[in-house]
Amino acid sequence: MSPILLAVLIVGGVGLVLGLVLAVASVVLSVPTDPRVEKLCDVLPGANCGGCGHSGCEAYAAALVAGTADPGMCSPGGQEVADAIARILGKESVALKKKVAAVRCAGCEENAVTLANYENVDSCKKATLLYGGGKACLYGCLGLGDCAAACPYGAINVQNGLARVDTTRCAGCGVCVETCPRRLLSLVPDPQMPLVVCRNTDKGAQVRKVCKSGCIGCGKCTKVCPHEAVLLHDNVAVINPEVCQNCGACAAACPVGCIQ
Amino acid sequence: MVNPGFFPLLIGGLLVNNYVLSQFLGICPFLGVSKKVGPAVGMSAAVIFVMLMATAATWPIFHFLLAPNDLNYLRTIVFILVIAALVQLVELVLKRFVKPLYNALGIYLPLITTNCAVLGVTILNIDSNYTFIAALINAFASGAGFLLAMVLFAGVRERLELVPVPESLKGLPITLVAASLVSVSFLGFQGLFGL
Repeated sequence: MSPILLAVLIVGGVGLVLGLVLAVASVVLSVPTDPRVEKLCDVLPGANCGGCGHSGCEAYAAALVAGTADPGMCSPGGQEVADAIARILGKESVALKKKVAAVRCAGCEENAVTLANYENVDSCKKATLLYGGGKACLYGCLGLGDCAAACPYGAINVQNGLARVDTTRCAGCGVCVETCPRRLLSLVPDPQMPLVVCRNTDKGAQVRKVCKSGCIGCGKCTKVCPHEAVLLHDNVAVINPEVCQNCGACAAACPVGCIQ
Repeated sequence: MVNPGFFPLLIGGLLVNNYVLSQFLGICPFLGVSKKVGPAVGMSAAVIFVMLMATAATWPIFHFLLAPNDLNYLRTIVFILVIAALVQLVELVLKRFVKPLYNALGIYLPLITTNCAVLGVTILNIDSNYTFIAALINAFASGAGFLLAMVLFAGVRERLELVPVPESLKGLPITLVAASLVSVSFLGFQGLFGL
């Protein structure tokens, strides 16, 4: 056989075999997709913000169809999208569970002790790399506004060295959560339940040295709570939102005012 | 046929003959997907996987189909064909049976078809006259070397985002300068263990 013919036969043969294998595999291994997933993707905002707790709108749609997700989780889409999702899934429309971002620190300039003034450092991330920022508390808000710069809705601004969330503007997308180098931002249900606005896990005496409003782990809130929703964990009070009845007893009892 | 043994192959692929930093193969994903550590790890995991699969497929094709018929000159085109089809097949299989891995690898899996490091490892396995086992070990070590380079460089780039860079060097220029420095640092491994 001539070498050219042999070369053509071998390359052609390899190609043919691979092509056939792929053709058979694409039929045998095809994954049927639910048409509802596509419809849901059209309804959802498509911003892939991740506010619902899934990696994107498509993942949320898939979870909705699988029945593992709640239809009222899309905060940016609002009630309209929640209704549309319920219609596609053939379920009763549910009230939207709105979530807003909350800053778990109350260490504004009056409360927190300042160790150093940073000049020409304009981001929390940079300050973290450069000896951990100006505040004495190693857990508190650095107040340089990485979250405010990241917020697509202009809902966060820094006042008095502390980031504050404007809950009327916040869409609950959760973009800010990732930006905080101290992980102080989280999404909480709106209207707000009592929230412990401190993350300092040091002992009470140490906390008092660095901040007037830090949780000293005294445990008063755990005793006054009639529903046993408050627990002390690592010297910080933690409120279980599943159990909390929003009575406000803990906030009234807190001696440093770090439950708001 | 030679088999240099597990340890020399591993050190060779990881450090001395690192595919990205010493042999300059697979530069495209090295610069493209190294902005954050997370995606860099995902891409590298997919590369290790595909390198192993590609070696397992191309080594027999070369030694049992091409070499006996004196068709060595066809190996580049046949290998590309095999790697492209293999990546497609692997994608179908993963989508059906290992959905979490499919989701984790995401877009990186099809991208690897055009990664020259994968073609490079299959061809160098033939050039070095490795046995089948040695070729597989070398494929794994090369993939791990790719992972090492990607993670190191992604870390450098994450720090680079936070430092003041001269206006004229912002973006790609400073990335290339950083890449060359990381590459120079790997020059120190040359000649290690006589590899």
